[in-house]
Amino acid sequence: MQALSDVSFEVEKGEIFGLIGPDGAGKTTLFRILTTLILADSGTATLNGWDMVRDYRKIRDNVGYMPGRFSLYQNMTVEENLNFFATLFHTTIAENYDLVKDIYSRIEPFKKRMAGKLSGGMKQKLALSCALIHRPLVLFLDEPTTGIDPMSRKELWAMLRGLKSQGITIVVSTPYMDEAMLCDRIALIQKGKIMSIDTPQGIIGRFPQKVFAVKADNMSRLLSSLREYAGVRSCHTFGEFHHITIDNEQLTIDSLRDALVEAGHKNLEIKEIVPTIEDCFMELTSETRA
Amino acid sequence: MLRYLLEKEFKQFFRNRFLPRLVIALPLIALAVFPLVADMDVKNLSLSVIDSDHSRTSQQMQEKIASSGYFKESGNFADYKSALQSIEKGDADLLLEIPQQFEQSLNRENSGSLMIAANAVNGMQGGLGSAYLSAIIADYNRELIANTQGSAFLPVTAVEVRPLFRFNPNLSYRVFMIPALIAMMLVMICGFLPALNIVSEKENGTIEQVNVTPVSKFTFILSKLIPYWVIGFVVATLCIFTAFVFYGMFPTGSVLPLYIFIAVFVLGFSGFGLVVSNYAKNIQQAIFVMFFFVITLIFISGLYTPFKNMPAWMQMLGNASPLKYFIQVLRMTYLKSATFAEMQHLFYPLCALAVFFNSWAVLSYWKKSA
Repeated sequence: MQALSDVSFEVEKGEIFGLIGPDGAGKTTLFRILTTLILADSGTATLNGWDMVRDYRKIRDNVGYMPGRFSLYQNMTVEENLNFFATLFHTTIAENYDLVKDIYSRIEPFKKRMAGKLSGGMKQKLALSCALIHRPLVLFLDEPTTGIDPMSRKELWAMLRGLKSQGITIVVSTPYMDEAMLCDRIALIQKGKIMSIDTPQGIIGRFPQKVFAVKADNMSRLLSSLREYAGVRSCHTFGEFHHITIDNEQLTIDSLRDALVEAGHKNLEIKEIVPTIEDCFMELTSETRA
Repeated sequence: MLRYLLEKEFKQFFRNRFLPRLVIALPLIALAVFPLVADMDVKNLSLSVIDSDHSRTSQQMQEKIASSGYFKESGNFADYKSALQSIEKGDADLLLEIPQQFEQSLNRENSGSLMIAANAVNGMQGGLGSAYLSAIIADYNRELIANTQGSAFLPVTAVEVRPLFRFNPNLSYRVFMIPALIAMMLVMICGFLPALNIVSEKENGTIEQVNVTPVSKFTFILSKLIPYWVIGFVVATLCIFTAFVFYGMFPTGSVLPLYIFIAVFVLGFSGFGLVVSNYAKNIQQAIFVMFFFVITLIFISGLYTPFKNMPAWMQMLGNASPLKYFIQVLRMTYLKSATFAEMQHLFYPLCALAVFFNSWAVLSYWKKSA
């Protein structure tokens, strides 16, 4: 099975680069290639001018990797884990304490606790500290927010912005489209192919159609009515609204409302919205399908 | 670097609530209990007797058999048919038929005949049992000749064979078993634990986190090997100690060469465990692959059955088993007081196998594997 094909992108020094795509898009495979854990069948990648295959030692010295799954030693304490990884990278906690201070100080009160006994959010802070302890040039975070509560997610993104200000380049993957807005630039990835690379605003700005959000009493009947309606290009459910894209300039909010009222829909609410990254993603996926 | 890796391995080992206890308990229990259980000496055989003679001779013979300690009488029967039924039911292992006028023919014609029948479902027990019984009767025959100066019911051979069993004068099965058990404990603990180690790091995902660090694979494998090497010494010492306390078995030879061999053997076999660990994708695979190899090795290395009984091609295969050399070393030091010089020819192949398996372990630990 081919996990990735024709993937090509550049990450600027000091930016937060997001890989946005659903499960199975090939994000983890890409990360494992970029952290020298697996070899790509073909193609090249360089980091700071070092070749991924030839200079893998240099790359390992300068890359921090936090896998999607918690992979520290559960039966070692917080402090022991951090110390262990610091030693493997020929450094000490004291030497790079200023870099991890913001993150590590929050779990430091529990430093004698076994890593396996930490809460999900604390585990993640520890994993992040361990990935940073050797002051890497690039930090790779594979789905850091999957399975984490909303508060911890917010906290994590705040920490990433803090790291960015310290000059660390961050490559992060996520299946959550709303997190795309927090990145400097993003790549939308689907089925092993990158569909679009730009700033989040750039991707939204290039969205070709108008987007309406529609709401009524019977949402499932509304969905089928909208999908049958001429001029509606696509219709997807987004929370309490259906988002529709319009490919007919003649179609307006008023004409749509009249048609839907006639079809028997009650308590209609229709408004034009700025497309979200998810709209862009849906649009791009339907294009690749067509 | 290596120091910290080792520190981590030992910390993990001792924090595991189960493993340290296992390493202590397994050799203790195995060496204390298994020699009692796995005893191939044939004892307590049930014997059915058909005494149709009812004479003084037949009585004396039965007493003689009973006093040997190998047989217990399971009953007297009137005829062969009913006695055979007792074998069929499993009540008796052997039957002895003393025909009518046995004593008379002995006195008149200087000869008599008896019949021994054995249940050979368990071939070894049947064979040994009938051999014991014949030996006891032959013994009784000799006494009879000595007492009566004449009448005997078995031909007295002119050549008397008196076997002398060197190194194990009583042919005790225990003496044979204990070295094999020591070897088995080292195989179990120092083979299985390393086999499970790397693969469990794979299952926990921790291996990924170590793989992105600059640690070289040589250092990494060494950090996995050394702890089991140390554990191997502990296990071996526990085994030797237990065998001495419970059975008074202690190497008659010097202990130092034995430990040199233990060092090389454990290194080699742990290396083999690591090779399995490198290839296995999960713990289940590692366990079953290890089981397959350990059982095969035990059978082809001459632990319980003579090495030379195997077909030639199997012996070739057996030569690649570190266990084959190690079990010889154990038996030689335990029974024959062998010196290092006498065992040198076993040392080199063992070293070669240790180097082979450990190089393989380093090379097959491929940090970039999928």
